[in-house]
Amino acid sequence: MWDLCTNALDTTKLRGASYGDVRAMHLRQRDLTTKNGQVGTLAQSESIGIGIRVLANGAWGFASTDRLTREGVTACAAQAVSIARASALAKRSNVVLAPEKAYVDSWQSPFRKDPFEIPLETQLALLLATDAEMRKVKDVTLTETNMQFRKIDSWFASSIGSRIHQRKLISGCGIGATSFQRGEIQKRSYPNSFGGQHALEGYELVDSLELMKHAPVIAEEAAALHSAAQCPEKFGTLILAGNQLGLQIHESVGHPIELDRVLGQEANFAGTSFLTLDQLNKLKYASSIVNVVADARLDHGPGLGTFAYDDEGVPAQCTDIIKDGKFRGYLSNRETAHLIGLARSSGTMRTESWNRLPIIRMTNVSLLPGTWDYDDLIADTQDGILMDTNRSWSIDDRRYQFQFSTEIGWEIRGGKKVRMLKNPSYSGITTEFWNSCDAICKFDHWTLWGTPNCGKGQPMQTMGTGHGAAPARFRNVRIGTAFSKQ
Amino acid sequence: MSIAPSARKKSTRRAERVELLPPRELRGILETVLRLAKSTGAAETEVHVDEMADALTRFANNGIHQNVFERVVTVSIRTAAGGRTARATTNRLDEDSLRATIEASLSLAHSQPRDSKLLPMPGKQRYRNVNRFVKATAALTPGDRACAVRLVCDLARKKGQVAAGIFSSGMSQTAVGNSRGLFAAYSETHSQFSITMQEDPAASWAKGDSADVREIHFQKLAQRASEKAHLAVKTKELEPGRYTVILEHAAVLDLVGFLFYDFAATAVQDKRSCLNDRMGKPLFGKNISLVDDIFHPLQKGAPFDGEGIPRQKVLLVDRGVPRNLVYSRASAKAARRKPTGHGFALPNEYGEAPMNLVFSGGDCSVEKMVAATDRGLLVTRLWYIREVDPYEKVMTGMTRDGLFLVENGRVTGAVKNFRFNQSLIEMLGNVELMSPAARTTGEESFEMVVPAMKVRDFHFSEVTKF
Repeated sequence: MWDLCTNALDTTKLRGASYGDVRAMHLRQRDLTTKNGQVGTLAQSESIGIGIRVLANGAWGFASTDRLTREGVTACAAQAVSIARASALAKRSNVVLAPEKAYVDSWQSPFRKDPFEIPLETQLALLLATDAEMRKVKDVTLTETNMQFRKIDSWFASSIGSRIHQRKLISGCGIGATSFQRGEIQKRSYPNSFGGQHALEGYELVDSLELMKHAPVIAEEAAALHSAAQCPEKFGTLILAGNQLGLQIHESVGHPIELDRVLGQEANFAGTSFLTLDQLNKLKYASSIVNVVADARLDHGPGLGTFAYDDEGVPAQCTDIIKDGKFRGYLSNRETAHLIGLARSSGTMRTESWNRLPIIRMTNVSLLPGTWDYDDLIADTQDGILMDTNRSWSIDDRRYQFQFSTEIGWEIRGGKKVRMLKNPSYSGITTEFWNSCDAICKFDHWTLWGTPNCGKGQPMQTMGTGHGAAPARFRNVRIGTAFSKQ
Repeated sequence: MSIAPSARKKSTRRAERVELLPPRELRGILETVLRLAKSTGAAETEVHVDEMADALTRFANNGIHQNVFERVVTVSIRTAAGGRTARATTNRLDEDSLRATIEASLSLAHSQPRDSKLLPMPGKQRYRNVNRFVKATAALTPGDRACAVRLVCDLARKKGQVAAGIFSSGMSQTAVGNSRGLFAAYSETHSQFSITMQEDPAASWAKGDSADVREIHFQKLAQRASEKAHLAVKTKELEPGRYTVILEHAAVLDLVGFLFYDFAATAVQDKRSCLNDRMGKPLFGKNISLVDDIFHPLQKGAPFDGEGIPRQKVLLVDRGVPRNLVYSRASAKAARRKPTGHGFALPNEYGEAPMNLVFSGGDCSVEKMVAATDRGLLVTRLWYIREVDPYEKVMTGMTRDGLFLVENGRVTGAVKNFRFNQSLIEMLGNVELMSPAARTTGEESFEMVVPAMKVRDFHFSEVTKF
């Protein structure tokens, strides 16, 4: 691969590019699903190719190919330069990159069990047994399970001399039970909705989930939700389970801090951000107990946003986003870092595959743990609603106003969970919501959740992001709006 | 003005030009796989060979900031034997890699329990020919796209506005065949132009999509977005509540797009469709009729499904009553119906879906809808739409890029964006007027043929800050 990368860089230089970087990638994936006791999807795929990004005449060009011959790569590199020259016909100003050193390195994400070495029969047997366990519960009308494994090799080379090989192993697993009764569909998922938990781990992730133990619990809950009381419509105290808080962080902190949005580069599609440059170091984003970081380092945990180098050859970093409630930092790349006068990129350029241009993406954007024990938090809440496991999510294109609904809620009265609530939802304005946070649970209850399906960019790219969160409490939140009949 | 390959230097154009593989080469890959599979002992084999070459020029802040090209050929192989099937996919085309992919598919298939309901692969089929490959689109170069972008950015600068958007073009071809003699092939071109014009603090948007790039009038789209952005600069805040709305085509598309999977027979069999217990009963207004029709002149896509079964035109809703679903071979057998050619590639757990929806529409233009409205809101587009209640089909989302107050038959100003929580079933029972249906492109759903709609009692639940 290095020969092809070098060949590509040589070609871009010969054609007049002032900068070039090349990503050769080999992606391998295995997908297994079951539905109602039958195997659903059973597939594996591989994709291998090379993406070449260049600056010529002060503008960007990118071309990719799966023709991995010397001729194929040379033609692709020439095409990237040609595209950059076309970009220059309508450029606004010359692109300048923040400085970065050259690195020569090789890195592999740690894992204990390679899922591609575990017999398929073993994996399917676990899914089918879990599926069967859920189907034992009366009134469950649909059962689903899934596992997904990915192995990604990338070879990055740039004209400043970097040569970085990374290998990442990603695992994901989840189960769900749906019940249709009396004109109502209710669903419960474990350990999270939309595919479960995903992490930069091996098969040990699946082992840790104890699917057989949780299958009957969620199946019972899916059936019981039909008889539960409707979540009331009111302003009140809200406790979010870690999996829902992870998505709250993703939508109302992770996206608005993307500097490409802030600078208008996503205005046509993903939107812009309320976090304009004048807000940095000034805005009181949240209450003083709230601390959020964007941390791609392995020290933070095996998240979907963990790596050694981003796809622009910048080492993984930890950036303060919210410190003691104050807004402190953006997610940047080399180009946007220069545009706002930062000394260096925060290292968040990521690409879905060899045929996609790296763009600014979340790494692991996490709420740091607080001080509360979970039982104490519940005991300290006189009147509130606990919401668990996302069902729907939506936020405006500047990331102010959001609404979430969850699969299940629990009414808390006098410090105790007293009854199940169905169709829970809450809504609010981002900064008002985060400023109402008055309790965050401690590290014992903190999980680095994986969001595998974050869409951004044109052409669309799907990226995995990490969000560490422990249950937390918010006061005076608008609850129940989604089902309001007003 | 539409875009067509320009008169730029012929040598430059030649250097930038991209061509797909000759169809015989695509078929050659497919036949190689079938030959190799036979020699490895696969009982049945199905092969998909897909090639795409796509380019996209992206602009923001009145200049191009991203400009990309990709090409890939993918070979996807499904083997089946003894009630077991699985799929393996690669983009490596040498014989060793293809053989390894066949073996991977066989290995996956053998690892699972037998499925007594698995059907043998279908035999040879007959297809109706459709031609959606337009040479003018295929010939478009990065230079052509850059010139068009420069024109709209110049327009924005002249108006004191900021333009952002995309101009994409590309071509694709697909061939599917199996060891029982089935073979089908299809190619098409595609192009899109989307523009957001920003005039602080407002923005507005317009988008076009066509197989033929000459039908995309990018300057008209830019002009429309520019005028609406200017109109939206000063906003007032209205109270949330129920309003009469005039949903422009894109707003309708992105909402009703969430209905498509409910018409899958598998979704009904799984009891996750909003049509459970509702087929054959009045559900929407009598003015709502809906077909899935791949052959409609404004539609795109291959005239066959993931197993190579020819797509049929299906009447889904007749004057407010859901009449038919779409079927893959498996769901058709379970329901004792005929497959309609809407199945996804096997194996999968979702079955099928209608992907070429065509609404019946009406004869009232958006302008006439405005003129016929005492008080209401004109909605340019919707954003971040998600399902809140799957059975009542309550959707939430935001208005975006231009929400305008209509009073006494005319637009009187812009208002701050609302969040909605609205049942699609209720909405399609409250449609008062419709425009003719047009090929429409949005950001939340795939392209369909839909009308603009005037709808009463649309539920806005909250307001945002802009």
